[in-house]
Amino acid sequence: MTIAATEVVALTNEPDIVAVRRRVREVAQKLGFSLVDQTKLVTAASELARNNIIYGGGGALQIEELNGARTGIRLKFEDKGPGIPDIDLAMRDGFTTGSGLGLGLGGAKRLVHEFDIVSKSGEGTKVTITRWK
Amino acid sequence: MEKIPILRMGDYLLVTIQVDMHDRLALTLQDDLTRAINETSAKGVLIDISSLEMVDSFIGRMLANIAAMSRVLDARTVVVGMQPAVAITLVELGLPLPGIRTALNVDAGMELLRNGKSNFKFGRPSR
Repeated sequence: MTIAATEVVALTNEPDIVAVRRRVREVAQKLGFSLVDQTKLVTAASELARNNIIYGGGGALQIEELNGARTGIRLKFEDKGPGIPDIDLAMRDGFTTGSGLGLGLGGAKRLVHEFDIVSKSGEGTKVTITRWK
Repeated sequence: MEKIPILRMGDYLLVTIQVDMHDRLALTLQDDLTRAINETSAKGVLIDISSLEMVDSFIGRMLANIAAMSRVLDARTVVVGMQPAVAITLVELGLPLPGIRTALNVDAGMELLRNGKSNFKFGRPSR
């Protein structure tokens, strides 16, 4: 597997969530993802971008186009926020410290093929998702 | 400020979401609609989301809130025109849309608002 292209989208405030959706959609279209697969990845990206901005105080998204035996897209969301003290709890549906539905993390995980989250208290959170074509 | 227009047609309010729904716009629509239901004594609200390419948990919550608020104000809410890819994604996301009635298109949605049921059974009428 090789990374064919990489780009970075800054996440600062709420309109950036819309920018992330647009850009992820464009990349997924370019790589020939089906409409359902595009929609799943864009929806997961929207949830994670919002988490990054609202709970993590913003950061950046790195978009990687993967090719080789399989074609895919990997999205890495990184923030320098307070971190998540209990990841298992945060992954659970219905859990939220904010005003959301608490579906962001668990929901995003169900919409992609690979999901990884690393969080350190006081240092920030990194969420990596991959969806294969 | 950007706003989504709310049209009045008889006893009903019609909203067509044609822009990329950012979070603040969703909250504005929620407030505007609640006010409009109150001012016009509308009996129902029809929200056309056929142009929406994605519904995430935030937009889903807005739709659920609108339905809940309009119910308290004695109006029904019907969401119409959800794209199939959006519906598939919503189910996998695990998003419950409590209290939201849906219809395939505006015609079926208006029927549902007027009679409380849809007469469309077989086939998919053109939009």
